[in-house]
Amino acid sequence: MKLDWTALGQVAAVSLGATVAVVVVFAFGVLGLARVEGARENDGGTHTLGFAQAGLCFLACAAVVAYGIHLIVPQFH
Amino acid sequence: MDHITFLVAVVIVTALAFDFTNGFHDTANAMATSIATGALKPRTAVLIAGVLNIVGAFLSTEVAKTISGGIVDDTLVTPGMIFAGLVGAILWNLLTWLVGLPSSSSHALFGGLIGAVWVGAGAEGVHFTKVVEKVLIPALASPLVAGIAALIATYLAYRLTARARTDSVTKGFRAGQIASASLVSLAHGTNDAQKTMGIITLTLISAGALGHDAGPPVWVIASAGLAIGLGTYLGGWRIIRTMGKGLTEIQSPQGFAAETASTAVILTSAHLGFALSTTQVASGSILGAGLGRQLAEVRWGVAGRMVMAWLITLPAAALVGGVSAGAVRYGGNFGTVVVALVAVAVTAGIVLAARRNPVGAHNVNDTHEVSIKPTAPTTVGTAA
Repeated sequence: MKLDWTALGQVAAVSLGATVAVVVVFAFGVLGLARVEGARENDGGTHTLGFAQAGLCFLACAAVVAYGIHLIVPQFH
Repeated sequence: MDHITFLVAVVIVTALAFDFTNGFHDTANAMATSIATGALKPRTAVLIAGVLNIVGAFLSTEVAKTISGGIVDDTLVTPGMIFAGLVGAILWNLLTWLVGLPSSSSHALFGGLIGAVWVGAGAEGVHFTKVVEKVLIPALASPLVAGIAALIATYLAYRLTARARTDSVTKGFRAGQIASASLVSLAHGTNDAQKTMGIITLTLISAGALGHDAGPPVWVIASAGLAIGLGTYLGGWRIIRTMGKGLTEIQSPQGFAAETASTAVILTSAHLGFALSTTQVASGSILGAGLGRQLAEVRWGVAGRMVMAWLITLPAAALVGGVSAGAVRYGGNFGTVVVALVAVAVTAGIVLAARRNPVGAHNVNDTHEVSIKPTAPTTVGTAA
């Protein structure tokens, strides 16, 4: 029996990195949205910066989801 | 179709029955946290999971080439042993469902096959080093990795959004959960429906109904996909309650972190060829997410019972598989019928026992305990 420690380490590192990255980026997106909603209630205005921040972050997450689907569906390989 | 003997027909029906239990046993992996946080309504969640399971079954073209992934000697495996192994896996899946414990359907299947081959062909038919390599090591490593990833991600998510409006944060992460839970379901469909397709196809090949190296016929793909999809849609509500409510109280940022961690671990390991249990990964993620939020209570008693179930899943299914294989080997068709009848009777008994204290879409979030004893209806139930 030989254990492929390199592969095991890779799985651990990639999973850890991907999870933390996606959740942090998504959290920033949620922060942007919260800012937009807060601004709307306070002065009725829109918060362009918050909006851009949310859009950018969610777009990045959507790209990761697309890559995930690419990995799942064998026809794409 | 004169190649389809009585035994082969029984194997196919049993394989589909296992696929069905696999579906409802594992709905929780993808959907438990989304249901617990209210990201998805219970009925909607199981519908999405069911449909994505069927889609996943049809998408996957790489049907398992071996029955067991090398943990038993496939050249020694007969349809009778496959039948006995499946019976062991089905009964263990049902029993753990009754007590609401998320155990691994893959381990139940492996265990059933190991027991059946051991009795049917002798201990040399079982590759024990492969068992350690393919089952034991991933079983230890994958929930740990998923748990640590979910823990760190949850901690950071709460730190980052600490000063933002709570309702916006909850809403945002709930929306994200829908995407992350759907990915888990899709990955599950491609993996687990495949296993059943592989078993049926190899049985047909061994019976001479299909040529060697033949792919699964369309009816096999369709019936396997449908069986797992229907099972998923039925929903293993008892297990959903344990995973969504029992281990820890889940909030939407935790749910998102847990599902993201599960997806990441499942996809990276599948990419690198590790077989692992979706159930154990998802449970590890949920525990990690529970630890990552300050003041969140993790019910270590429930977690301990769950880990115990993981440890005895393989030997317990092996025991049932072994006994069944003995009956099939020495009893022939008569033995097979007896095993099938006993299995149906036990199944009926378990379903009746579950009826005494049913858990369904209407009350899945009411409490965190799954009990077999009937309880007086309470009025304090608050749907989260």
